[in-house]
Amino acid sequence: MTAAGELRLAEQIVRFARVLRGAGVKVGPGAALDAVDATEAVGATKRQDFYWTLHATLIKRHEDDPVFEQAFRLFWRRRDPNEAIMAAMLPTAPQAAVERPAQRRVQEALQDDAPMRLPKPRPEDEREVDMRGSVSDIEILRHKDFAQMSAAELAKAERRIREIALLWERVPSRRLVPDPRGHRIDLRRTLRGSLRAGGELIELKRRAPGKRLPPLVALLDISGSMSDYSRVVLHFLHALGESRGGVSTFLFGTRLTNVTRALRTRDPDAALRACGQAAPDWSGGTWISSSLHRFNQDWSRRVLGQGAHVLLITDGLEREGGDILAREMDRLHRSCRRLIWLNPLLRYAGFEPRAQGIRTMLPHVDELRPVHNLESLEALCEALGRRGPILTNQTSAAK
Amino acid sequence: MTTPLPGSIDDTLKLLGGANYVADRPLATVVFLALKMKRPLLLEGEAGVGKTEIANVLAKALGRRLIRLQCYEGLDTASALYEWNYAAQMIEIRAAEAEGVRDRERLVTDVFSEKFLVKRPLLEALTPDASAGPPILLIDELDRADEAFEAFLLEVLADFQVTIPELGTVKAAEPPIVIVTSNRTREIHDALKRRCLYHWIGYPDFARELSILRARNPGASERLAREIVAFVQALRQQELFKAPGIAETLDWASALVALGADRIDAATVSDTLGVVLKYQDDIAKLDKPRVEGLLKQAETALKAAE
Repeated sequence: MTAAGELRLAEQIVRFARVLRGAGVKVGPGAALDAVDATEAVGATKRQDFYWTLHATLIKRHEDDPVFEQAFRLFWRRRDPNEAIMAAMLPTAPQAAVERPAQRRVQEALQDDAPMRLPKPRPEDEREVDMRGSVSDIEILRHKDFAQMSAAELAKAERRIREIALLWERVPSRRLVPDPRGHRIDLRRTLRGSLRAGGELIELKRRAPGKRLPPLVALLDISGSMSDYSRVVLHFLHALGESRGGVSTFLFGTRLTNVTRALRTRDPDAALRACGQAAPDWSGGTWISSSLHRFNQDWSRRVLGQGAHVLLITDGLEREGGDILAREMDRLHRSCRRLIWLNPLLRYAGFEPRAQGIRTMLPHVDELRPVHNLESLEALCEALGRRGPILTNQTSAAK
Repeated sequence: MTTPLPGSIDDTLKLLGGANYVADRPLATVVFLALKMKRPLLLEGEAGVGKTEIANVLAKALGRRLIRLQCYEGLDTASALYEWNYAAQMIEIRAAEAEGVRDRERLVTDVFSEKFLVKRPLLEALTPDASAGPPILLIDELDRADEAFEAFLLEVLADFQVTIPELGTVKAAEPPIVIVTSNRTREIHDALKRRCLYHWIGYPDFARELSILRARNPGASERLAREIVAFVQALRQQELFKAPGIAETLDWASALVALGADRIDAATVSDTLGVVLKYQDDIAKLDKPRVEGLLKQAETALKAAE
């Protein structure tokens, strides 16, 4: 290949990396340079080799495979007749990404100023339907704007959470740290200390297992019956993720959506909006057992390692699937260190678990707690700060 | 004796095939790139699809030393990098005292010399070894280590050098060939992923799994091998908590050969299901009608393949 040709290819690869980035794949500038190096190293003449060379350098997560596949097919098709398509794709692709809403607005504003209107990007949900295939007609595909929570309430919640999240329970780690009353002798520090004294004195230094924060996994019900609470709880989970880290969040109504990455956005409003866009089944029906089944099947082994605590936030109003629900709850219970059920129905003083779903789920949780107002969230954080199993009044009453 | 690195993707395929590892072309591409670009290779995939085996096979095929670091929670520098031999150091100090040495400076340099250094896998892999060429460093199941260790590893993989305060810096003349594996019990941090080439190893298709079984277990008759692979392939279509990996297929083949079976039927399957499925829920799910259905499905697939 000529030098000019190589330069052209390198340029194309960098542009391709930009398209991937636009489609939501994390591609650093370093990865693009690697891709250029790698294609040189392979000297690929076959399309398949070229595909896997770019894949090896640009893709770092298995979930991104389908996006890469589509982008590759679109971008690297035969050149001449489709030049126009490629040119059209570059400016549109970044808008198709699930970016911060503000950025989207800025782009739209910029577009309005542009002398020539670019082709409109396909709307978000349409793209999702494309990728997932058929969608059940029972689901209500509705995106809700849930940035309406009052600022005062929010500020109070966040302030309070920052204060109390420090109390979060820590579990023993296997990593050893210096501890004057530890049971193991730390020979490295002992010898160093002894040499400092000229090797005469040997004072034994000790160490013991340290403590660490266990991972926290939240499974939040976003079905219609929970709609009054799910946004507040989502705010709570966002603040929790900000203050303590290590929080994985899943939303479920009729299907399960992992919104952990979306919730990592600093700005709570933007983060919540991203969640709203990610979950298509907002305020629809609820299939607890099938959602739990999906979680157990696809995610439990990936996020429940290292002694995770699980917050299951749902009203438990499920009519069907007694046996299946029990089995999935049992599997979930056995896969995590502590399973805490947060149920807003506990706001009623005389709450009795009459619904079939609630009765099925109760034997499989470690704790049942209310989650209907700020006080209950505060109480939750305080209870989690204490060690050992906590049986609240509500639990004993419910049982 | 070291073998030169492969010069192309086809050579890589041949090299792996020569050591009885049946790789597909995407995997060969990424292995070739890792060798050529001297970058660590991060392999993810379900348990038992041959992630660790790649390192073993590369070591064998290239004639390199294999240095393995098994990760676990709480893994620290003392067990991953280096440790001083404290018992020997203390004896040395006592001996020096007995001889009447009172020079503190000398004592410290004597005691903290290479003689008392216990090398752990990472340091071992970085120590230049003129005779054998850079070794293969296998960092197995990185997801089991805690995040603190991952951060430390990031540093080592960036520069391929470590500093021991008492001795100075150890730098690899040529970086080792690094293979990192993960079962995804947690997400590996993006920063570490960025340093590596990434590849997801999936379950093989019928043809490749059959070649793997033939290569690894020549004792199984052709008919038995085909039936086993067809059944396992059908089994993976089922909704199981843990689908069987290639390792399970190979184990099952060995078990059936040991039992003297020359073909599989519902009774044999039920008796030996524990070799293939490792969760009670999954085993309970596969009752007799289900097994018979799967056998029929496998048979149809075999007929279609012919």
